[in-house]
Amino acid sequence: MNLQLPEYSLQVMSPEIFLFVWALLVITFDLITKRKSGTAVGYMTMLGLALTGAFLFQAGYGRGFGMMFFNDPMAIFFKVIFLGAAFMAVGSTFGITEKRIVNHRGEFYGLILMSTVGMMFLASSQELLSLYIGLELTTIPLYVLVSFFKDDKKSVESGIKYLIVGALSSALLIYGISFLYGLSGTTEINQMTINIAITHIQNETLGVALLMPIMLLLAGIGFKLALPPFHQWAPDVYEGAPTPIAAFLSVGSKAAGIVAFSKIMVMGLEVFHSPVMAPNDWGMMVALMAAGAMVWGNIAAIRQTNIKRMLAFSSIAQAGYIMVGMLAMNEYGQSSVGFYMFVYMFANMGAFAIVTIVEDQTGSCEISTFSGLSKSSPFFSAAMAIFMLSLAGIPPLAGFFAKYYVFAAAIAHAGQNNTTGWLYWLVGIGLLTTVFALYYYANIIKVSYFGKEASPFKLKAPLPAVIIIVIGLLGVFGFGLYPEPIIDFASNLSDYFKR
Amino acid sequence: MNEAANPGIVFWVLSAIILVTGFMVVSLKNIFHCAIALVLCLSGVAGIFVLLGAEFLAGAQVLIYVGAVAILMIFGVMLTSNLAGKKIIATTSNAMVAFFATVLFGGGTIVTIFMTDVWRYSSESLPIDNVMFIGKLLMTEFMLPFEVVSVLLLAAMIGAIVLARDEES
Repeated sequence: MNLQLPEYSLQVMSPEIFLFVWALLVITFDLITKRKSGTAVGYMTMLGLALTGAFLFQAGYGRGFGMMFFNDPMAIFFKVIFLGAAFMAVGSTFGITEKRIVNHRGEFYGLILMSTVGMMFLASSQELLSLYIGLELTTIPLYVLVSFFKDDKKSVESGIKYLIVGALSSALLIYGISFLYGLSGTTEINQMTINIAITHIQNETLGVALLMPIMLLLAGIGFKLALPPFHQWAPDVYEGAPTPIAAFLSVGSKAAGIVAFSKIMVMGLEVFHSPVMAPNDWGMMVALMAAGAMVWGNIAAIRQTNIKRMLAFSSIAQAGYIMVGMLAMNEYGQSSVGFYMFVYMFANMGAFAIVTIVEDQTGSCEISTFSGLSKSSPFFSAAMAIFMLSLAGIPPLAGFFAKYYVFAAAIAHAGQNNTTGWLYWLVGIGLLTTVFALYYYANIIKVSYFGKEASPFKLKAPLPAVIIIVIGLLGVFGFGLYPEPIIDFASNLSDYFKR
Repeated sequence: MNEAANPGIVFWVLSAIILVTGFMVVSLKNIFHCAIALVLCLSGVAGIFVLLGAEFLAGAQVLIYVGAVAILMIFGVMLTSNLAGKKIIATTSNAMVAFFATVLFGGGTIVTIFMTDVWRYSSESLPIDNVMFIGKLLMTEFMLPFEVVSVLLLAAMIGAIVLARDEES
């Protein structure tokens, strides 16, 4: 028996290997210090994430393990987002790990790192099986992290909800993948596209056969991205989860879902997003989901009194805007999605970091807690106001350019083909709902600046949380005033369309 | 269509077992009976795998699903029903929704599989010792996902221990 190993070139996957080993080191460090590691374990986690970032650029583009692992521009770009989201989430956990997570700090940080490894692996996978395993490695640590406050009923409840919804969506996804395997005879995404296209030329009934897998895949990924009608879990889970984990869910896990969508639907099944394939033009289905996300996410957010639930609905709406960019199947589409996600990371992680501080010191996440906060803690309320304005898309903050590029890409696509006129409608809905969004984002500013009396709470934050907020502010301002470097970087993402 | 169009009596018997016990899992009132029905249902699936010549999958199905998952569920039921002090009601109140969802899902699957003829059948004959074949694939072509699964298991293990442990403080 001879075993022919594929060329594995470990160089390209050194960041993942390093981060996994670092996760084990973090857990061990907490153990050998007899659970008295204090803040050191948190700083160690942040250091590990920063070093992985350095490794990432040193690893560069290339393939490993045959066709299994591929660092293309999109993989590198999204890995930066995953690492950034994890870094900012870990930075805002210090208040929590000081008081509420005393016994399992090492596991807490270790699981965050392992989830990040899963996301990075997912971004590099070129094959449906490893993509699925990457997605599982992303979500399974998150089930545990969501229910990490074992003494808090809400946290445990949200953990169980997330587990059930996540397991169901994974089942739908893998069932859809098994259909694709049956149709193409391969799990390798590029080969799958070719095989399915050949079958389509030979046999017209392929269109019928593809309807079911496409619906299953959209439902599976729709759950992960919390796109309506699969969004109900998000507000409950975000409310119960530890706040930095909710932030990580809303940025890291969402970006992972977007990568999965981009790989399976855009790269794998792009051919079937065209009027020729009318019965299973999945673009139309995604457009309906995106429209639902923008409308329902923004309207429901207005009614919320709990800021974590409000940010959950806001992130549902943001996923809708991202999908608008995704549907623009031209060279701007993918880069606008990348830029949007990058900017969204800074604003959303920053906002959640402030919510963490407020919750830590007042014990409440109600929006009314923010009342009069500008008088007692001017820095934090100003930062919150800026993050809210960026999420709403007010110039000159980066959030404005993100929305602008997404809509511009969609309009450019609609202009190129006269069969995708519905994209104009989608952009119209997007612009209209941005106005609704302004209402609830501005409400936070109103409450904290025009509250009648000064808030009794004077917020004090641990140093890393302040650093995270400053990074968020720099990102939101910096990439608003000078977005070129990221746009240049993100424009490589569309290389796929130039091939 | 190949000879799979006439799969023989064993297939129909196994399918009947799977469908009936599968329906029992969701319809019986006593959760313990549901778990027993699940064991039968999963054994039926293992039988289908044997019929298809996938002995390895059949063995894994019996070991993991019948042997571990279902037994664990029965233990879970037995240990928790006394703890809560009341009977667990295992039926759903949304029977109509479930019915429509099943019809839609099942109908969709049937239409997809039988109304089209676009599926790729392998022209090669089955390898005699497919366990060796699977092992070989896992160690060569699919080595990376195989390794990542071990990372996944480690993460799941750490998570389970964290959640299940008694806090001594």
